[in-house]
Amino acid sequence: MPRTIVPIGPYHPLQEEPEFFSLTVEGEKVVAIDVHVGYNHRGIEKLSEAKTFDQSTFVVERICGICSTSHPFAFCQAVEDVGGVEVPERAKYIRTIIGEGERIHSHLLWLGLAGHFLGYNTVFMWAWKLREEILDVMEILSGNRNNYGMFRPGGVRRDIKPEDIPVVLKKIDSIVPTLDMLRKAVMDDPVLQARTKGIGILSKEEALQYSAVGPTARASGVARDVRKDSPYAAYDQVAWDMIVTQNGDVFDKLVIRVLEMYESVKILKHCLTRLPPGEIDAKLKIIPPGEGIGTHEAPRGETFHYVRSDGTNRPVRHKVRAPTFMNLPTYKSTIVGETLSDATIILAAIDPCYCCTERLAVRNTQGTKLFNGEDLVRLSQEKTERLRKDMGA
Amino acid sequence: MTREDVLKDFKGKFAGDILEFTDKSPQRVYVEIKPGSIKKAALFLFKDLGARFNIATGLDARRHLEILYHFTLEDINLLLSLRVKLPKPFKTSSPAATGGGPMDSPPTTGGNDGFVPEIDSLAPLFEAANWVEREIHELLGINFRGHPDMRKLLLSDDWPEGVYPLRRDYKEWDPKAIRDRGV
Amino acid sequence: MSVKLTALLKSPWVFHLSTGSCNNCDIEILDCLTPRFDIERFGMLLAGSIRHADVLLVTGSANRKSMERVKRLYEQVPKPCLVVAIGECALSRGMFINSYNCPVPVDKIIPVDVYIPGCPPRPEAIIAGIVKLIGKVKAQAQ
Repeated sequence: MPRTIVPIGPYHPLQEEPEFFSLTVEGEKVVAIDVHVGYNHRGIEKLSEAKTFDQSTFVVERICGICSTSHPFAFCQAVEDVGGVEVPERAKYIRTIIGEGERIHSHLLWLGLAGHFLGYNTVFMWAWKLREEILDVMEILSGNRNNYGMFRPGGVRRDIKPEDIPVVLKKIDSIVPTLDMLRKAVMDDPVLQARTKGIGILSKEEALQYSAVGPTARASGVARDVRKDSPYAAYDQVAWDMIVTQNGDVFDKLVIRVLEMYESVKILKHCLTRLPPGEIDAKLKIIPPGEGIGTHEAPRGETFHYVRSDGTNRPVRHKVRAPTFMNLPTYKSTIVGETLSDATIILAAIDPCYCCTERLAVRNTQGTKLFNGEDLVRLSQEKTERLRKDMGA
Repeated sequence: MTREDVLKDFKGKFAGDILEFTDKSPQRVYVEIKPGSIKKAALFLFKDLGARFNIATGLDARRHLEILYHFTLEDINLLLSLRVKLPKPFKTSSPAATGGGPMDSPPTTGGNDGFVPEIDSLAPLFEAANWVEREIHELLGINFRGHPDMRKLLLSDDWPEGVYPLRRDYKEWDPKAIRDRGV
Repeated sequence: MSVKLTALLKSPWVFHLSTGSCNNCDIEILDCLTPRFDIERFGMLLAGSIRHADVLLVTGSANRKSMERVKRLYEQVPKPCLVVAIGECALSRGMFINSYNCPVPVDKIIPVDVYIPGCPPRPEAIIAGIVKLIGKVKAQAQ
């Protein structure tokens, strides 16, 4: 059978980040994938060496826009780990609040994109409309919809005013009914289950081999979550559950993200109602020479920062590892053997924060048949239509 | 097994390879081992202790290149980092001695006179090390023996050979780069 | 030529291009499509292919890997086409000005008509920027 190469990348109308996937297909089945990254490499690790610790906190916020708070969270913990600094209680709670608010908005964003790929444009519009409510909450708390700028080594930069808390709690309560509606629409829909169950399976053994993190690993039965394994901030003060499923397919990854949103709402409400009084900053003056490591469970998995300091106010070495770096290679296992129309949803299932596609160009190795970029998404949406007709829904 | 048992077991098995053992805090342990023993130590941690390979950090300390391999043992809440030091050759002449300076000499290859140390690759042991080592290779210039696929990962194809951005002696090699805002 | 452009701008189709950004600006652009801001009521749609684009929205700090592709993509766009640079990174690379992987700002690679500052600019700012662009073109046509 003639082999065709399907390059996907690097600029897609609906994808934010550029990346390049080269799929080799035989007929309709994918037989190999090669991932080219580097379209977003901006040399942040080298930039950090020329900036002070405070300035680096702002630089790392812009590593990724969606999980933008997870990087300062991990970085500040790494800097505090160098000298063993203890952060005040109130600061820990505020950090948790910001972290969980970001998780809800990130999962809603993913839900919208997944809905679009599967042909459920209404889910896309509803999820992003709901996301605006969460962004309003973050704006009340921190002053900005996106790059919150709330973190600093030693604590947080801004306090939460007591008169804001009832307003925020009311807003959070108002989103729960819509979340319920989205959950029912997505998890109980038979066509969606037919589209995502059994697709793109990552076995537990493979998840361990690739050192996958986050929902990608938890969907395959690997019960690891930094917030539970090595608790930090206020995560050990709240009773919440880690969501783990066993099958490792796309449906499981969807279920985990939807259910994690409810846990985040729980943690948010607990922290907002029980915010302890006190200082918000440990007033770190000098970072002693040494090394420190900080980790945080971002919406996509574990973020890892390593900092080495020599006693001055600049890091000697700052290493950043985003969670998607460990999850991207899992494509070798999940997408090989699947059909082309499932390709987009499998690629989106790990929630790549280095996202993807540009134009999908299907090129025949003999001739040069160039399809338009949107075609792979359209193939996916058409498959949903076919399934819907077959199931008589 | 408790944290103490695990560390005692590790110290016992690799007594001849450990150069320095730093127990920094309950959650952080840093162990310096000989570069030749990285493969068996990593295999022990991954297979026998069930640790997760987190990431490897490469860095350029002035007299040597260093790689830290970070492993997470979730059950005992411990992050164990294996450190290997690859010493640089002693430089016999300095630019000042030869009369040149950063303005006079042409852009040098950022590689300490082309020094590229080698170490065994961990990619045959677990897939997670594959991309990690590709990144360290292109940014820091360390060769990993036995790596199945040593291509560039992040840098573009027109990036010059032998120029390693994360090295301390990296210099701007692109004459067309604009570094001021023009105001 | 400006008459053609003014006619096209009655309902411009936008194509979004990221040259190596953190995604924040890109998400704010997509936010403009969602029910709260809803630029579709002005006739603006996200074009599926660059050959259908009237307005090109560029974000990101012009990575070395994406420089070539940006140039090629710009050549494929049927002229007249307007380019809008969104976000600090597209303006002057912002905090990445000293990065080894971002040599030149975007407007040295392709000509830019409107700059929208912000990190990221709010959807209201993006819409205001596009309105200014339309106003500028209309003024030039007269």
